[in-house]
Amino acid sequence: MSLESAAAAAYLVAGLLFVLSLAGLSKHETAKAGNGYGIAGMALALVATVALAADDLEAAAIAAILVAMAAGAAIGIWRARRVEMTGMPELIALLHSFVGLAAVLVGWNGYLSVEGAPAGEAEELGLAVEIHSAEVAIGVFIGAVTFTGSIVAFLKLSARIKSNPLVLPGKNWLNVGALVAFAVLTVVFVVEPNLPVLAVLTALALALGWHLVASIGGGDMPVVVSMLNSYSGWAAAAAGFLLDNDLLIITGALVGSSGAYLSYIMCKAMNRSFLSVIAGGFGNEGAAAGGGGEDGEHTEITAAEVAELLKDADSVVITPGYGMAVAHAQGPVADLTRRLSEAGVEVRFGIHPVAGRLPGHMNVLLAEAKVPYDVVLEMDEINDDLASTSVVLVIGANDTVNPSAAEDPSSPIAGMPVLRVWEAERVVVFKRSMNTGYAGVQNPLFFRENTRMLFGDARERVEDILKAL
Amino acid sequence: MLIGVPRETSPGETRVAATPTTVRALIGLGHEVVVESGAGAGASHPDEAYAEAGARIGTAAEAWGAGLVLHVAKPAREELDRLADGAVLVSLLAPAFDAELVAALAARPITALAMDAVPRISRAQSLDVLSSMANIAGYRAVIEAAHAFGRFFTGQVTAAGKVPPAKVLVAGAGVAGLAAIGAASSLGAIVRATDVRPEVADQIASLGGEYVGVPADDAGEPGGGTGYASVTSEDYNARAAVMYAEQARDVDIVITTALIPGRAAPRLLTAEMVASMKPGSVIVDMAAAQGGNVEGSVADQVVTTANGVTIIGYTDLPGRLPAQASQLYGTNLVNLVKLLTPGKDGQLVLDLDDVVIRAMTVAKDGEVLWPPPPVAVSAAPSTPAPPPPAALPKPEQPAMTAGRRSALVGLAAALLFLATAFAPNQLVGNLTVFALSVVIGFYVIGHVHHALHTPLMSVTNAISGIIVVGALLQLGHVSGVVTVLAFLAVLLASINVFGGFAVTRRMLGMFSRGPARSTAGSAR
Repeated sequence: MSLESAAAAAYLVAGLLFVLSLAGLSKHETAKAGNGYGIAGMALALVATVALAADDLEAAAIAAILVAMAAGAAIGIWRARRVEMTGMPELIALLHSFVGLAAVLVGWNGYLSVEGAPAGEAEELGLAVEIHSAEVAIGVFIGAVTFTGSIVAFLKLSARIKSNPLVLPGKNWLNVGALVAFAVLTVVFVVEPNLPVLAVLTALALALGWHLVASIGGGDMPVVVSMLNSYSGWAAAAAGFLLDNDLLIITGALVGSSGAYLSYIMCKAMNRSFLSVIAGGFGNEGAAAGGGGEDGEHTEITAAEVAELLKDADSVVITPGYGMAVAHAQGPVADLTRRLSEAGVEVRFGIHPVAGRLPGHMNVLLAEAKVPYDVVLEMDEINDDLASTSVVLVIGANDTVNPSAAEDPSSPIAGMPVLRVWEAERVVVFKRSMNTGYAGVQNPLFFRENTRMLFGDARERVEDILKAL
Repeated sequence: MLIGVPRETSPGETRVAATPTTVRALIGLGHEVVVESGAGAGASHPDEAYAEAGARIGTAAEAWGAGLVLHVAKPAREELDRLADGAVLVSLLAPAFDAELVAALAARPITALAMDAVPRISRAQSLDVLSSMANIAGYRAVIEAAHAFGRFFTGQVTAAGKVPPAKVLVAGAGVAGLAAIGAASSLGAIVRATDVRPEVADQIASLGGEYVGVPADDAGEPGGGTGYASVTSEDYNARAAVMYAEQARDVDIVITTALIPGRAAPRLLTAEMVASMKPGSVIVDMAAAQGGNVEGSVADQVVTTANGVTIIGYTDLPGRLPAQASQLYGTNLVNLVKLLTPGKDGQLVLDLDDVVIRAMTVAKDGEVLWPPPPVAVSAAPSTPAPPPPAALPKPEQPAMTAGRRSALVGLAAALLFLATAFAPNQLVGNLTVFALSVVIGFYVIGHVHHALHTPLMSVTNAISGIIVVGALLQLGHVSGVVTVLAFLAVLLASINVFGGFAVTRRMLGMFSRGPARSTAGSAR
């Protein structure tokens, strides 16, 4: 058993542990074990790699490795401890950007240590140098797109820049042009590897990543985040090709394809084309719409009246949206749930697949507030029950409960599956004002006869209801 | 035209073909109406009420001598003789079972329309007496059962103790079955229902019943597709028998409505199953006239078995609600007369090109027109206009055809083959690992629970920090620049690895199951 074969064996085991980890994460019962498998796999991979690297390194380099990892661990764990659950989307987007940047750096290093190395110092390769160059170009490209894309997503999610979609003239052609330019640059780089070409290629990819995500509106962020997750996987896989490292390839491909599948689920939930999401070309229609649509009279209600309504109800369904996260209302909402359940009212939650800014965002918030997960149902599970529900509380959701998606074929969100809350006996909508949602579409739900509007901060209003109860 | 409504003479027939309300509607269509004295007595409609509605009260001869005679039960031979030449008779005729009557009708220069031969197309629903009578029969079956059952249907907690709710099983969810489900559940019973067509489960649920299916099997389920119950396979019957045996032991009331058009009723409950029922249980066999769904049921009689189970075999259930049945039957007739007098001017037009009229016409001017050419159930030539296009859902994108799909798969396979075949060895190995991992990634999260999307994403995010391995391997090699870059990469990727796992752990720690359910879970 040489050091190399031991490392290879460790990599294989680590790869399998990652598979187990992802499989475990698909069910509540096994989720914790899944996370454990992931940690074990990662620890094994790191130990094997450090041992392999330490074999022919000086003490200073080993020290550098340990310092870098310790610093990274400290920062990572500190952030993970401190992050609020409402800020989860931002954190994950930021973490994706780190993977992207690391992939760019690894790619550059790949060039610097082979093609760009002074004669005689280059590392020996197991294959033609042209293929290596192509791998460098592809790896850097994917990494850079992931990096800037995630940075933009992070900025949008944390409201540091406007979340409106950026609409440049001929944006699709810009994207296609960037891809063509990338292909040309790759060929040039393969024929004659040099630093300026690689630099231009990197800059191009950075610009493309920025543009792709900038042209997507804030309401579509769940898809974007999961798409970036997928990209970060592909970036890791590309690095694996570059370094001829199977563990990187396996892990990158796992993350890449599972992320892509998750985005696909999201797209189906929003009735969007998967391809147009990957191309960053959607979200523009929503902004163009707005204005039109029906207007009408809405009826207001007070918190005390809502409390009355809830007391007399048999069954209550709460459909939260991003507004609940913004207002940090999950705690009071959970209290409300407990109070009503104790009073014998059946309370359940209906979660739209794209509610919030991250797939599963609402679930995490509700879990944080200790809402039992078995009353938190998916859209498809609850939709048929809504017609027999006494009261639906719409807390900070808008587009995901918009009847025009189901009833108005000319609506920009037509065909998107929505929670059919309007079928319930009574609907109470918690809202700051009569503004439109992220898709910029008017919501006729507000003007329905069985709808009552409760204006103001969701958290304060829910607390008012609790007091009245 | 003069419409005659004779008194029903067949024994036990309480219904009448017109009520004061429907008489008014008939007169509104331009007809005159003569009602035989006493015709409405069974349905609590005195002669005066008819007279008030505008009808003339006449003798039997006058009513039978009208140009259009509306009747309920199959007429007797001597009654047929009273019909005037050229008259039109509308009645229940059961032409499929009574060839003699058909011949007798054709022997006279008259037209005979059978109300029980209305084709089941949506346009003819308003004339469909089989449905309207089945509706009444289903309701009445529950009332009969409740009458014979010695306890409440609804569960109650009273000062005198707790009363459990009755359990009712309804076999067959046609019109009668659904009516029975609705009636029983509104009385407060726990209602279960079964049918050979699993697609009716939603209808059962909508009326407050719980669908009890026959355990599924690979072999094609019976009845599916045609919309009608049909004969079932032996294997299916065996599985159904197990289900019935189980239910019989559990329920208090059984109402069977299973009929297959033109055949003897299927046997659902055997004598052993009946014997296994609790004493005091009640069975209403609504198919008793066709041989019965229950072993031991006798048509038109109430039988009590040795173990105290009452089996009711009444075949005149609609007639036991005479006013209601007459009202619905009469309205069905008004709708038919509407169809026959398109001008609303009292002029009868018999349009044999109309599939509804053609299907009902048994005999015309001495000619036997039974059986009619088959009417396709789905063919509804003049169904109401389609809903406005606005209500239509957005058309689905056409699914990729099988041919195109296999062509694409083939193309992809060929490309992959070429790319790999010409690649150097090391790359081949990498590609193999890559391709297989992509597939595993797809399948491994195939059924991920929606609530776990965020933790899944943060775990995959942590795992994608594996790129740290690449950076580690580059550190300390070749030049200082490389080392510095690699150092940075290790730092960034480590944040990812540790942060990702830590945050996932935190999130998963928060997910908890409801307290009530978790105890149930551990007890399981």
